[in-house]
Amino acid sequence: MSQKIREHVQKLLAEKKIKGFLGLREENGHIFPHLFCDPEELKHLSSGDKRKPGDARYPLNQILIRLAIEYPQETFAVLIRGCDERGLSELFKWKQLLKERVIPIGIGCPDELAKACECEKPFPDCLVDGPKGEKTDSQKVAHINQMAIEDRLRLWKKEFDRCIKCLGCRNVCPMCFCKQCTLEEANLIDTGEIPPANPSFHLVRAIHMAGRCIDCGLCEEACPAGIPLRTLYKKVADIVSEEFGYKTGFSEDEKSPFNIIEVK
Amino acid sequence: MEFRTVLTTCPYCGCGCGLLLEVLDGKLIGTLPSKTSPVNEGKLCVKGWTVHEFVISPNRLTKPLVRQAETFDESSWDRALDLAATRLKEIKGKYGPDSIAVLTSAKCTNEENYLLQKFTRAAIGTNNIDHCARL
Repeated sequence: MSQKIREHVQKLLAEKKIKGFLGLREENGHIFPHLFCDPEELKHLSSGDKRKPGDARYPLNQILIRLAIEYPQETFAVLIRGCDERGLSELFKWKQLLKERVIPIGIGCPDELAKACECEKPFPDCLVDGPKGEKTDSQKVAHINQMAIEDRLRLWKKEFDRCIKCLGCRNVCPMCFCKQCTLEEANLIDTGEIPPANPSFHLVRAIHMAGRCIDCGLCEEACPAGIPLRTLYKKVADIVSEEFGYKTGFSEDEKSPFNIIEVK
Repeated sequence: MEFRTVLTTCPYCGCGCGLLLEVLDGKLIGTLPSKTSPVNEGKLCVKGWTVHEFVISPNRLTKPLVRQAETFDESSWDRALDLAATRLKEIKGKYGPDSIAVLTSAKCTNEENYLLQKFTRAAIGTNNIDHCARL
């Protein structure tokens, strides 16, 4: 982890501008989320790279929501990549977090990670350290787009057939904050079936990701069945962009077409 | 204020997936798959994802229960272990060691399983030792 980030956080803690810094900690060869409240602990800080860049990322914004619920008066800093910043922007709009209670500490993603993610903007505006990488167009979505519609359905049904309904895609998602989830609504999705209703189970989730998914890719990384969920949600994001002219998470001021709350 | 994650091993099956228990102010609030565990590499099944739920479940057994005719009675560990030892000795004396079988579990550690086979073979005196994965 860069000295720049460490010093930045140290200063915020010393000036008591934050209660803690939600980041990643590396100890005994493992990387895991941690709330750094003591500057001494910062020697264990990690940017989430184990074997390759960004392979040990976690849904920090999801944990941040839990902290904010428990401590609504406190301000926290949080480790942010380009995707996480898009997430914050939507979470502010959806009133899950208060902008004035969050200090984002941005790192830019190295080229290798940005390319692997086919990321549209692999760095946050609140960049403290790391590169300002370039946009990568999605080859995976381009591949789907050139397929005939019936072939696409066949492909996805084959992919969804491997689903073991672990709900990991939803559980790990930093944008899934609903208290009740359609995926667990027995009237809509039959229980006790593996794979779950194909393709409705995954398409229900895909539709719910419209205007929510910020393309962090944690769902695909969490999938034990190797379903290319990221490609599916990237395609959903493309449709949202084409139909509504809305790019999820790219602007804090623009009203979301999926949200009735007006942005100030 | 304290938020940390505790790295541990999923207790459900023999795979041994690495998981992180999310702890906020000493309270267990969630589970995440460990990205750095070589076993599961950031993935879990539905049971692993909900490990924190059984830890804090009000239905969780926290005391030994001794079976009476129709009921289970709460007991101390001393009383429950004394009863088990006495009955096992009685059965072994009356019907011989091969009248007893021991079934161990994937939820145990290798060391606990080793201990149990040692107990079965050396203390009880039978080779009737098996594992729930072959049930």
